[in-house]
Amino acid sequence: MTTIRNLDLAIIGSGPAGLAAAVKAKQLGIKDLVVFERDERPGGILPQCIHNGFGLQKFKEELTGPEYANRYIQMAQAHSVDIELDSTVLEIDPNRNLTAVSEYSGLRNYHCRSIILAMGCRERPRGAIGIPGTRPAGVFTAGQAQRLVNIEGYMPGENIVIQGSGDVGMIMARRLTLEGAKVKAVTEIQPYTSGLIRNEVQCLHDFDIPLMLRHTVAEIHGDKRVEGVTVVEVDTDWNPIDGTEKLIACDTLLLSVGLIPENELSKLAGVSLDPQTGGAYVNEVLETRVPGIFSCGNVLHVNDYVDEVSNQGEIAARGAFYRIKNRMPAREMRISIAGDQTVGQVVPQTISGELPVTFYIRVKRPMQKMALRIGEIFEKKIPYARPSEMIQVRLSKKSFSQMEPSTTRLKVSCED
Amino acid sequence: MSNLQELICITCPKGCVTTVWKEKGDIKIEGKICKKGKEYIKQEYIEPKRVLTSTVVVERSPIKRLPVRTREAIPKKKIFPAMNELSKIRIKPPLKIGEVIISNLLNTGVDVIASDDLL
Repeated sequence: MTTIRNLDLAIIGSGPAGLAAAVKAKQLGIKDLVVFERDERPGGILPQCIHNGFGLQKFKEELTGPEYANRYIQMAQAHSVDIELDSTVLEIDPNRNLTAVSEYSGLRNYHCRSIILAMGCRERPRGAIGIPGTRPAGVFTAGQAQRLVNIEGYMPGENIVIQGSGDVGMIMARRLTLEGAKVKAVTEIQPYTSGLIRNEVQCLHDFDIPLMLRHTVAEIHGDKRVEGVTVVEVDTDWNPIDGTEKLIACDTLLLSVGLIPENELSKLAGVSLDPQTGGAYVNEVLETRVPGIFSCGNVLHVNDYVDEVSNQGEIAARGAFYRIKNRMPAREMRISIAGDQTVGQVVPQTISGELPVTFYIRVKRPMQKMALRIGEIFEKKIPYARPSEMIQVRLSKKSFSQMEPSTTRLKVSCED
Repeated sequence: MSNLQELICITCPKGCVTTVWKEKGDIKIEGKICKKGKEYIKQEYIEPKRVLTSTVVVERSPIKRLPVRTREAIPKKKIFPAMNELSKIRIKPPLKIGEVIISNLLNTGVDVIASDDLL
């Protein structure tokens, strides 16, 4: 019979969301907390993200991924945060019971007054986009290749094609070029890159790497190892245009075709998920629809910047603090937030109207000179918006006082 | 004009496209651009600089690579020569984050530093 340990707060994941949540929770006075990390070291994906550009908002410096992680690890140590490494959470339930396992401590059971989900996201694999052809060695996701090169010290190949212009894909185009590989093309099915403009310039233009917009990999060739890919131009509905097929000889194909929040544990706890974000439905303190369970960072919705991920960790920690102290000021989540057809996704999906709110919004298609509206209470002209750049709007508690008390719905809309 | 360049501003997500050239010693920029962007574009035209991030080989450790970076930006044209310098480096633990790996890299006046602890 295993014993059950009581915890005020369990945080699952020690990446930028989990560590920021832990530090904030300690600062708020939550003493009895444990961070569960399945890897041998804290930091999540950051240790393999050796490029710079992290932390501009949080630290006013351009740090590399390992440096950013290091700052938070230092803070966590200064606050005596208990990080259980090599510990995998196997199960959580709606009553906030948690089961974890590790080689050293075996199976352990906890009952938690609150849980913060901070498990991050996964890369969309080949199967998810269904590229036809053979199944040779040499097909990797961009993040896999990043780990191979930056942590293990192996090159995935010499002649490389990258499918998808996500940020990790573009960053790996540069990284592999620096290490002596030839990146023959980056293909992108959309008419614009799906990553940040900065990465398009500094990773592709800087090294004359061809970016093929409105193109996709139609087939993978090769028996034991990739020998080439057929790329094809697509029309506006993403259908291949006959006669535009081109064979590119290569030994490696990297996929950078999107990230998916990793919510397997959340589902076990009965957390309901928003099909738009792939993450939990949350309120303004990032509490899911299961009381006491919070979600932040890339498991909530895929973010552009690590600073945002950490900010959400802090918001979730505040939410957990309210829950533990039985002081949740927002008792009733009476207002639902919904985007119209111009909005790809919006977080949070419900609010109380009694607390300040940070809205995270993505437009569905690139827009210029648009007006962003949140119900009747907020309007802002934005010169330029693209799906790859998340828009943030912070509204104070006061903003909601202009609202009719009977309001149950706020519409988010973007107009050209 | 042979000194004409098309440059994209990266100071914000908008990504303004500009045409830049030199006229009687002055740098001229065509295209709508903000004040902050102007500075970036000028520097980019005179001498583009980048922070180089990479890894070096670690010996006698289960850890295979240590991430490193230039402390400040170096001229873009020195990036491949710098990679060549980094490929010669072999280090052993322990090393602390921020420790100098190569001082005054290729006479740029910029050091290469460890961007993680190596314990």
